[in-house]
Amino acid sequence: MLIKCPPDIAPSEITPPTVYAQRREFLKTSAALAAGALLGGGRNQAHAAQRFADVRPSPYSVLEKPNSYRDITSYNNFSEFGFDKSDPAERAPRMKTRPWSVSIDGMVKKPRTLAIEDILTLAPLEERIYRLRCVETWSMVIPWVGFPLARLLKQAEPLGSAKFVAFHTVLDRESMPMLRFPLLEWPYAEGLRLDEAMHPLTIVAVGLYGEELPNQNGAPIRLVVPWKYGFKSAKSLVRIRFTDTQPETAWHRAQPEEYGFYANVNPDVSHPRWSQSSERRIGDFFKRKTLPFNGYAEQVAQLYAGMDLGKYY
Amino acid sequence: MYLTNPAPGQIDRIRAVLFVLCLLPLARLFHGALENELGANPIEFIQRSLGTWTFNFLLITLAVTPLRKATGCHWLIRLRRMFGLFAFFYATMHFLNWLVLDQFFDWRAIVLDIVKRPYITVGFTAFLLMLPLAATSSSAMVKRLGGRRWQNLHRTAYAIAILGTVHYWWLVKKDITLPLVYTALVALLLGLRALWRQQERQRQAGGAYGLAGPLPRPQVSVVKFMPRRK
Repeated sequence: MLIKCPPDIAPSEITPPTVYAQRREFLKTSAALAAGALLGGGRNQAHAAQRFADVRPSPYSVLEKPNSYRDITSYNNFSEFGFDKSDPAERAPRMKTRPWSVSIDGMVKKPRTLAIEDILTLAPLEERIYRLRCVETWSMVIPWVGFPLARLLKQAEPLGSAKFVAFHTVLDRESMPMLRFPLLEWPYAEGLRLDEAMHPLTIVAVGLYGEELPNQNGAPIRLVVPWKYGFKSAKSLVRIRFTDTQPETAWHRAQPEEYGFYANVNPDVSHPRWSQSSERRIGDFFKRKTLPFNGYAEQVAQLYAGMDLGKYY
Repeated sequence: MYLTNPAPGQIDRIRAVLFVLCLLPLARLFHGALENELGANPIEFIQRSLGTWTFNFLLITLAVTPLRKATGCHWLIRLRRMFGLFAFFYATMHFLNWLVLDQFFDWRAIVLDIVKRPYITVGFTAFLLMLPLAATSSSAMVKRLGGRRWQNLHRTAYAIAILGTVHYWWLVKKDITLPLVYTALVALLLGLRALWRQQERQRQAGGAYGLAGPLPRPQVSVVKFMPRRK
């Protein structure tokens, strides 16, 4: 019998050189911050990425080689900051991620507003190395740090009548230039069916490569749903709401014939403007075949048993 | 005056300098690819850059006649062929990058894309329409076709520009800034031509006594300003 063991050395322990360089920068910044704090002026300084002390490996991680820290943090879709892949890395550092809180309301017994510091202690942090497939036909492998979304949702004790969960991204007018343009309806909204939200693969991520999330990747807390196209995994969450009707989502509202509510990765259902049958893994030359549910069919296909996935795309 | 009427040798020198400048976008891509500076998705970066430069050269080519009329620098027409051929050159590189680096000769995917993806259908059509223009770009072909027929054929450039804007609109997700800018420029350049045409008609209808007198027919000037090699 084959017993699957997590790899001995977690990728978070093999630190890419860019992170080393950043760490040196971090030490310098910390020194500057400390000096600033002593002088009473350090409050609004951008805070540098902290390394999480205790991150466990997870059996849900894939064994594929993660993309470099540089690729993951320089090639992003985060529409609030601009539509170029390089815009988020350039502009998101101005976003303030402290203080930060997430409110959970709607059809719950106990509406809650949780400070990010408290969220970080809700559950042990795990490293989840997941594939990420963008609807634009590129993909990456990303070593997230996070914990199951279910652990967060349970804090508010959802009612039995709740069927869907809606997510809202922060509206930070100072750092997000695109909020002035009605290209998408802001705040960025996403949604999941309750069973999708409670699925053990669905996590909230707070880190990357063992460190706090950089802003362009959705700091301080974001959704990660690895079997769905990337746009489902809403970033920089401030509000989670339970409903009994299917919530409207940003891309579906903008172009309903192109982006569905479910948005499960599916090589057999083309986007009207491009085929979804293959993808380019960032860093690869040759394209590879896209897998149903992004390779997570074994774990999630039963959620959609009997559904016409061509209709519910 | 120097600007309005440079000596033939000077035009050759200007053309040589511009030729090198027109190659810079490509050189930048080669340099970026070798130095690994094209970002996380270099093939996509190359594809976008080549597409943008195809469009830029198309606009420059279409701007030559309006600039001539506005400035009186009629020698500019002697640069137009080079710009047009650079538009074709960058379009070819754009097409080849898609065929080779992006699809890697996956013919099934290529044919499916051309047939099923409207923005690719339109882009591919625009590229096909460029082929006869490039093939008839030499002075010998102008003579063989006759100025008038040659010019009628080369008016396909207007259709190519329009297809180019459609290609651009249909490929972007929501970032419509650049498609808007390019559409505005194409509308301006083609609108001017429509305006001239209407003025020409009015002039003909109202007798040959316009303010500036009858303008020389453009097809005459095409032949007149074609470079003559000795």
